Amino acid sequence: MKTIVHKHPLAVRWFHWINFPVLALMIWSGILIYWANSVYMIGPAHKPLFKFFPQGFYKHFHINHRLAEGMNWHFALMWLFAINGFLYILFTIFSGQWRYLLPNKKSFKEAWLVLLHDLHIRKYAPPQIKYNAAQRIAYTAIIVMGLGSLLTGLAIYKPVQFSTITALCGGYAAARAEHFILTIGYVLFFFIHIVQVIKTGWNNFQAMVTGFQVIKPSAKKTSQ
Amino acid sequence: MSEPSSSFPQQTVSDKTLRRKTLFAFVFFIVFLAGAWATFKWVNRQPKEGGALKPLRKTLNANERLFSAMFDANKLVKEYPVSAAAKRVRVNGMDGLRDSVNEETWRLHVVRSSGDTLHLTINDIKKLPKKDLVFDFKCIEGWDQVTHWAGVPLKTFMQYYHLNGQSKMKYVGLQTPDKKYYVGIDMPSALHAQTLLCYEMNGKPLPANQGFPLRLIIPVKYGIKHLKRIGTMFFSNDKPADFWAERGYDYYAGH
Ligand code: HEM
Repeated sequence: MKTIVHKHPLAVRWFHWINFPVLALMIWSGILIYWANSVYMIGPAHKPLFKFFPQGFYKHFHINHRLAEGMNWHFALMWLFAINGFLYILFTIFSGQWRYLLPNKKSFKEAWLVLLHDLHIRKYAPPQIKYNAAQRIAYTAIIVMGLGSLLTGLAIYKPVQFSTITALCGGYAAARAEHFILTIGYVLFFFIHIVQVIKTGWNNFQAMVTGFQVIKPSAKKTSQ
Repeated sequence: MSEPSSSFPQQTVSDKTLRRKTLFAFVFFIVFLAGAWATFKWVNRQPKEGGALKPLRKTLNANERLFSAMFDANKLVKEYPVSAAAKRVRVNGMDGLRDSVNEETWRLHVVRSSGDTLHLTINDIKKLPKKDLVFDFKCIEGWDQVTHWAGVPLKTFMQYYHLNGQSKMKYVGLQTPDKKYYVGIDMPSALHAQTLLCYEMNGKPLPANQGFPLRLIIPVKYGIKHLKRIGTMFFSNDKPADFWAERGYDYYAGH
């Protein structure tokens, strides 16, 4: 006999795993679009430290000269991304799941302790319910970023009809840059997310698929 | 990412049930991911319509229906002071401009109906009320530039030449004199107050690479619709042929 605890509601698992391929394709089609005016870089224009992206990158992955294809995918998948995201937010609000997700007063201090623990500087992690403080901040940030992508996206998709949004973003060119930076943010989030999931192990990962986590006998003792 | 707290619903199950539940969830999960991938591959195998995969073309057309229903003809594009306009204006493509053009022999052919065409000189057009427009020109590639144009609003032009019946049709079609570049524009966007038959840039006649003697400036659309060197204008209830829409781009291309 084993004791299992129901951790992730079915709806959240659906939203999460729909979002994964949709966002992956949004980023891919976004690069196809970005190629046509591939101007962003880090560092001074005459001697950049890093260019988004070197021509070799586009050539190697055959993602050059595909602007129309990129736009067509982007403007189809944007609906799935938006609808899935809105349903997730609605579910999170009305199911009360937001209680595990939103950072609270303690989270910002605790997030440091979590980080120190993860970096093996501190031996004990702060106590947590479902998500630790660092996760709460990261997951809430990624939801806000999703909204940001929709708004900056609208600002460059319909800059006349949604001119207020474009103006709030600081103009058309600024909105395009913000839309790009948010995407870089997803990629960074994704890497950290994956590393954390791998580090935490199978029992935690499989819960995002099955919904439940098996409680180890030792953990069961401490929670009683 | 550690043990969930005991505040979540708990259940005691047999090892067998646990294995079955886990297996079932993972089989479903893998079928789901494979299904997503198969759907992507399926779309990529569909025939193309106007250079775009058919399901994507259908979505573009649905987006067009939605956003043209939302189109607000009274909403104006932001205008800038003349001093904000770029002196070196970007040039992006010479399709339809490769022949030479002569101001004396050039005519704007306005097809009122088949067999009934107006032939106008550039001076006929310059006689109409002139409007200066400094706005942020946006290219479908992703760049934008504040530029200064002048000409007669297409709406004023159509009223002056009594094209009232024509303005009730759904589309305006434009072609270069050599017919190698052509666009179709929905009537509400064509009649927008800032859509110009343009003959000046930065206070001077258009340079050849900007469509001398007459081009379209339509700030509610991407640059691909701002046809340079207009030869023929016609009206239609069917979508006129469109150079970039045949090459996989969105027909509407509207802002
Ligand atoms: C291969 C890809 C991915 C894997 C394996 C994965 C795995 C996981 C796992 C195991 C959890 C639960 C964490 C826990 O219980 O401690 C989780 C939660 C979450 N993941 Fe991912 N993830 C992936 C991709 C993504 C992407 C692309 C995003 C968004 C940009 C994302 C956003 C989230 C969010 C917001 C949560 C919290 C969900 C909630 O409880 O409401 N994930 N992920």
